[in-house]
Amino acid sequence: MATNDLKLLSTPSSPFALRVKIALNIKGLDYDNIVETMNPKSDLLLQSNPVYKKIPVLIHGDKPISESAIIVEYIDEVWKNNGTPILPSNAYDCAIARFWVAYIDDKWYNSSRNHLVAQNEESKKANFDQMEEVLLRLEDVLNKYSEGKEFFGGDKIGFLDIGFGSYLSWLRVTEKMIGKKVLDETKTPALVKWAEAFVAHPAVKGNLPEIDKLLEFAKGLVQRMAAAACPK
Amino acid sequence: MAPANEEEEVRLLGKWPSPFSNRVVLALKLKGVEYKYSEENLANKSDDLLKYNPVYKKVPVLVHNGNPIAESLVILEYIDDTWTNNSFLSQDPYERALARFWSKTLDDKILPAIWNACWSDEKGREKAVEEALEALNILENEIKDKKFFGGETIGLVDIAANFIGYWVEILQEIAGLELLTVEKFPKVFKWSQEFINHPVIKEGLPPRDELFAFFKASASKK
Repeated sequence: MATNDLKLLSTPSSPFALRVKIALNIKGLDYDNIVETMNPKSDLLLQSNPVYKKIPVLIHGDKPISESAIIVEYIDEVWKNNGTPILPSNAYDCAIARFWVAYIDDKWYNSSRNHLVAQNEESKKANFDQMEEVLLRLEDVLNKYSEGKEFFGGDKIGFLDIGFGSYLSWLRVTEKMIGKKVLDETKTPALVKWAEAFVAHPAVKGNLPEIDKLLEFAKGLVQRMAAAACPK
Repeated sequence: MAPANEEEEVRLLGKWPSPFSNRVVLALKLKGVEYKYSEENLANKSDDLLKYNPVYKKVPVLVHNGNPIAESLVILEYIDDTWTNNSFLSQDPYERALARFWSKTLDDKILPAIWNACWSDEKGREKAVEEALEALNILENEIKDKKFFGGETIGLVDIAANFIGYWVEILQEIAGLELLTVEKFPKVFKWSQEFINHPVIKEGLPPRDELFAFFKASASKK
């Protein structure tokens, strides 16, 4: 039993669950990782997140917390004296970090997911263009806020690093599926370097899903969506 | 009172009928912060709006000493962090996580369901109304017997739920729907009355007849 009484309901493929794992690692916290099959959803999941019935859920003692970005902030606040800070210390920098994570969860999440499951070329292209726009914006943000250091958070990985970094494995899967670079050093050189540093970070590596397994999972997902989209 | 000092400048770019813009008005009023307000015409966006919110080009945008912040929930947390009187977020991390969760759920799930029901056409109406009632039921279970979502005082979730407290009554009347009623959702309804009668909130909400006229005009354009 984990000494802090922490349970994480997760799946291996979820970028959102990955965010929580990284935050827990940064703080050096042990936890019970409970892998959900999602089919069926466990009683524990249904009780802990009745509104969305989704993972990740962090259960701290008897307190369930849902929504990955909210869980990361919770971890940072409770264990503020552990490891390194995840959110910046000043209010404005916090607002900027929260803004960009919300932007990523809107624009990147939707366009990358829709690109993956798009049924026609037009839709694929529109979503890919949106993905490129996100990357160009993040390149600017990285150049502006890192002050020449490795991460969005500076020397240490922070909220925005975790926010976008958690999507990198899926980004690599997309690259394999379309046979083309998504993260391109000719377009976003700083982001390419950042990605290498992120996946090598001790709090991150060892927690990333294997790309080949994720690729198989993604292909299965795409097939199921295509079957569902076919007219009956 | 926390007035802006000579060097401090607080500006809000907003749109008076928007509940998102109004959230920021309410927060600034609760903190007693003086600010300059600019009404934006989204059909003819100002240079300032494009400069301060290039990503979304939307309101509200708070500009504090020349530093812009966009997205209403992000702005609300910034305001609470910066002006520490009359806190609307607890210091307790779990209470904060819950408040953030409910504010996000309002934006991601509850507001869209109700908005869709109020603007639905004949075809989609039944399903949209069902979803709106489910969404209100979620809130009914959450408010329980608390005076406000924040407890005894107005909190982040109350401010974020301004749409529920004030806009829904107007929109449902225009749509000819009965979504939030004292019979169906007595606890949320009771909360809405506490909310709109709160002395500071009352001063910050847009006048009912103007808001009604604004949305009625939008409805007749459809």
